[in-house]
Amino acid sequence: MSILSMEHIQKSFGDNHVIKDISLTVDQGEVVSIIGPSGSGKSTLLRCATLLETIGGGTLSYLDEKAAWEENGKVIYKKNLGEVRRHFGLVFQNFNLFPHYTVLKNVTDAPVSVLKRDREEVKAEALALLEKMGLADKADAYPDQLSGGQKQRVSIVRALAMKPDILFFDEPTSALDPELTGEVLKVIKQLAEEKMTMVVVTHEMSFARAVSDRVIFIDGGRIVEQGKPEELFGDTQHERTRQFLQNYKQ
Amino acid sequence: MTTSAFVPMLLATAKMTIPNMLLALAEAFGVTLYIFGFTLLGALPLGMLVYFGKKSRIAPIRWFVNGYISIMRGTPLMLQLIVVYFAPHLVFGVTMARNWRNLAVLIAFIINYAAYFAEIYRSGFESIPVGQYEAAQVLGYSKAQTFFKIILPQMIKRVLPPVTNEIITLVKDTSLSSAIAVTEMFTLAKKIANSPGSPGMITLFAAGIFYYVFNYLVAFVMRRIEKKLDYFE
Repeated sequence: MSILSMEHIQKSFGDNHVIKDISLTVDQGEVVSIIGPSGSGKSTLLRCATLLETIGGGTLSYLDEKAAWEENGKVIYKKNLGEVRRHFGLVFQNFNLFPHYTVLKNVTDAPVSVLKRDREEVKAEALALLEKMGLADKADAYPDQLSGGQKQRVSIVRALAMKPDILFFDEPTSALDPELTGEVLKVIKQLAEEKMTMVVVTHEMSFARAVSDRVIFIDGGRIVEQGKPEELFGDTQHERTRQFLQNYKQ
Repeated sequence: MTTSAFVPMLLATAKMTIPNMLLALAEAFGVTLYIFGFTLLGALPLGMLVYFGKKSRIAPIRWFVNGYISIMRGTPLMLQLIVVYFAPHLVFGVTMARNWRNLAVLIAFIINYAAYFAEIYRSGFESIPVGQYEAAQVLGYSKAQTFFKIILPQMIKRVLPPVTNEIITLVKDTSLSSAIAVTEMFTLAKKIANSPGSPGMITLFAAGIFYYVFNYLVAFVMRRIEKKLDYFE
């Protein structure tokens, strides 16, 4: 059973055909990195997977259950999208923490008020997660009192508290100083070791190489090349991929 | 209202000393506070409703609300007071009771200020980053939860300074009520100043002090509320 399955996804903004035809399956415990130049469609693909954008064509499924599909040339979305949303979490580039909530409340509010779980139980889990991410002393702080790296770790904890089947990261370190990037990547790496299913859109090539089970290179709204990191980085097949990777070699 | 009965009597007495004048102003300030308080009670929530109308998916509701805001902002409040006061008689031919003016003044103030509040709310809502909505959506918050738990508290913090401005303006705008012969403090101050044997211009100066002290209080309270919301960015 695959956790996420996207088949022949298309997406346009007006005349701009951002995703031409992308199919992608992610299995349980798999860590997939998506790399590619700006405007290649990688972030849009993530936004389609997380229902922040509607797809223009194709099929989107979680755990083999269809969330969106085509019927007579029109895309139909499942009625109860709340059920679909329970399958995934998303970590944003700009964190998007709720500024008026403390760190702890940021983490616990959705499990309590959306999933209707027991407040004390959720709180205990949240504190354990914060502790694990080295944020135990920040539970009562407000987001604007945190560094960028701390904010991003809190937003990872917030997503994890919903116990998603798959976690998406949309350029999780792009808004961070290089110095703070490491602490966030360390956390993602730790999750990978625990076999969390993850899809990471990233510009951090060395990270993609070290952590991913599979790396996908997207350009012009299509998958150009994909494979194990050592294949894609070590034995690049396509000229376009080589060109792109060239920019990251020092 | 009691003040309406009280005022002519005071004016009729020949001895309008400064203490008497201050007492009269203080009493008439009750009318000012009445207009001020009920206008806020009505206009602050109505402004939210107007904002929703502006954002409605139903086009005729949007047109109506946009037209309403446009007229409220584009014509003098004094004229609006007169229109509201005379409309039942001139448009519907209904003869209203004498004290209708006490309600008419509130209606006019409320619908006028609601239009301004709606625009302030709109600017507040529009300043919330779209990422807040997206984060809430991904976490599964319902539309109502997103609005009340995530967006509204942030919006309130952002609109406090312009709302304070509007509230202070309202205190001073109450003087426009004289247009339909509602005797609030400033109207009375003018009457006293113009009557023979009164302290004259000092009366208007005293009225100014009443406004200033009250607005100082308003600003103080609003700053306290702002400070309370300072715990987040």
